[in-house]
Amino acid sequence: MDNLLQMINVSKTFGEVKALRNIHFHVGYNEIVGLVGDNGAGKSTLIKMITGYHQPDPDGGEFYLKGKKVTGWSVEKARAYGIETVYQERALADQQPLWRNIFMGREISNRFGVLDVKKMRQETSNLMLHTMGFTSAAVSADSVVKTMSGGERQGVAITRALYFKAELIILDEPTMGLSLSETKKCLEFVADIKKAGKSCIFIDHNIFHVYPVVDRIVVLDRGTIAGQFSKDQISLDELMTRLYRVAQTGRLDTSGEA
Amino acid sequence: MSTEHIDLRPVTTSTGQHRFQGLLHRFGLQIGVVGVALVVWLIFLIGAPDVFTAYPIYGAFMSTTPFFAIMAIPMTMVIIAGEIDLSFGSIMAFGMTAFDVVLVSTNSLALAFIACLLAGLFAGWLNGIIVVKGKVPSLVATIGTQFFWRGVVLVVTAGNGIGLTVAKGTIFYDGVVGRIGGVLPAQMVWTILIGIAMWFLLNRHKFGAHVYLVGDNVESARLMGVNVERTKILVFTIFGLVAAFAGYVVSVEVLYFWPTLGEGYMLNTLASVFLGGTSVFGGSGTIFGTFVASFVIGAINAGIVAIGWTGFWTNVIYGLIVVISVVLQAVLSRKLAKSRSR
Repeated sequence: MDNLLQMINVSKTFGEVKALRNIHFHVGYNEIVGLVGDNGAGKSTLIKMITGYHQPDPDGGEFYLKGKKVTGWSVEKARAYGIETVYQERALADQQPLWRNIFMGREISNRFGVLDVKKMRQETSNLMLHTMGFTSAAVSADSVVKTMSGGERQGVAITRALYFKAELIILDEPTMGLSLSETKKCLEFVADIKKAGKSCIFIDHNIFHVYPVVDRIVVLDRGTIAGQFSKDQISLDELMTRLYRVAQTGRLDTSGEA
Repeated sequence: MSTEHIDLRPVTTSTGQHRFQGLLHRFGLQIGVVGVALVVWLIFLIGAPDVFTAYPIYGAFMSTTPFFAIMAIPMTMVIIAGEIDLSFGSIMAFGMTAFDVVLVSTNSLALAFIACLLAGLFAGWLNGIIVVKGKVPSLVATIGTQFFWRGVVLVVTAGNGIGLTVAKGTIFYDGVVGRIGGVLPAQMVWTILIGIAMWFLLNRHKFGAHVYLVGDNVESARLMGVNVERTKILVFTIFGLVAAFAGYVVSVEVLYFWPTLGEGYMLNTLASVFLGGTSVFGGSGTIFGTFVASFVIGAINAGIVAIGWTGFWTNVIYGLIVVISVVLQAVLSRKLAKSRSR
C-alpha cells in the first residue's frame, strides 16, 4: 500500500556522530504517528530530515512521498509537498510582528518580490480571530511575538502550519511549556488533524499526551528505531513498561515489529 | 485556507491602553529618536537663537551630514541582519582608487564612476563571502578587510592624492554635490533617495523581510526556508556599493581624493545607527530612526560651537546622547514586554 511518506534505510551522520542509523519509517494517509524516545534518541534529527533542513547521508537510503521517489530534498520541496512543521523551538522570530511570523519565508509578494503587506496583515488578523481565537485588542497583527505567552506562541506556530494547507503536520514537542488547559486544546487540535483527513507526526516526551491521540507509536532509541506498535496492539501500561526497558537496556525486548 | 478553530487563549476585553501600547511597540523607536532630536534642537535654539532661526546652519547640516548618513542608512540594514561592517571607510577609499585608475587610463568620468561603484560592490560582496562561506564573525572579518583595502589603496596610489577638478561643471559634480536651486545640496537629495530605497527594501520587499528574520533568529529563518547565506551576502554587497558612492560624494565635494579617505567616519556612522534605535543584537531597527539620528549627530558639532562652548565638548555630548538614548530605549522596551507578559 502506498504511504504518504516512506523512508527506507536512511542514515544521518554529523562529523563522527551517527545521529540516525538505517531508519525505516513511514506515515500512512490520514494517520497520526507518535514518535517517542529519550533525549538524544534522534527525534529532532529525523524530523529535520523529513522537513528538508538536514540532508540524509549520501550513501544509500531512499525517500518516497505519495509513492514517488524524491531526490534533492529541501525545505522548499518539503513545503511544496505539503509538509509543515511546528518546531520544538516554535521557529518564531521574537522581535517581529505576528504577520511577519505567519508568513516567514513565504511572504505574499509579486513576481518582483514586492510584498503585499496589507494582505498579510489582513490575513493574519483573520487567522487570529477565526483560527487562533485571539479576540483581545492587546494582540494585533502588529504585536511582536516576544510579548506573547507560551500558549499564544504555540497558537501562532500551529496556525502557520494550518494556513499553508499541510498534508502532513509535524508537531515537535507541541505541549512543552504549555499550561494544562493549553495542552488540552493542543491535543484536541491533533485529533482535529485526523478528522480533517490529514496526517501527523506527533513528537512528545510525555507518553500520556501521545498515547490517546495517535494511531501508531514509533519508538526511537540512540539513533535507531527500537520498535513500533499500533495502538490496538498495546496498552498504555505495557507501553510505559517497554519504554522504561528501552531506556535501561536499549532494547524493547518485545514482539513488536522493528 | 483552513478554518479550524483552536482558541488557545482566553478572551479579554479591548482597551485604549492596549492600542496605545501597540502603537508604542510599532513606532516606539521612531518616537524616541524624534524626541531626542527635538530636545537637542530646543537646547540649541535656546542657546543660540540667532543661528538656529536662520537657514545657513541648516544648509550646512544638509551639506555635511550626508557624508556619513548615506552610509549609516545601509549600515542599519547590516546591523539588523545581525552583522557589522567596519571596513566601509577603506571601501570608500578603494572605490575612489578604482575611480582614479580608470580616470587616468580612459579619461572618462562615466567609466571611472562606474568602476568606483563596481569596486565597492566587489569589496562588499567579498565581506559577505568571508563572513558567510568562511563562517568568520563579521566584526573580525571586516577589521581584516579594513586593513586589506586600505593597504591596497596605499599601494596603488603610493600615498598620493588626485585632484578631481575635471568633474567640476559636469553632471558628476552638479548632480552629486551641486546646489539645487542654488540652496539645496544635492547630496541631501541623494541621502533621502537612498533612505527611501533602503526603507522600501526593508519594509516592502521580500529581501528586507528576510533581513529582519535572519537578524532576529537565524535558526528560525533557516527552518522556515529563508536563504540565510544569500541574504547576508546581499546585505554586505549593498553596503559596499553605497560606501563607494559615499566615498565619491565626499571626494567630489572637495574636488580631491585623499588616500586616507574614510578614516574618521566610524564614530558618526555607528552612533547614528544606534542612536536611531537599531538593536545591536539584530532583528530590529528603522531607516527613519537612523536618518533622524544622523542629523542629531551632525548637528552636535556645529551646535556646540554656536551656543558658545568649545569644540572639545563635542565627544562628551555625543557619548552622553548615545548612552542615554540607548539606555532609555532598553528600559522602554523591557517595560513594554513586561506589561504584556502573563
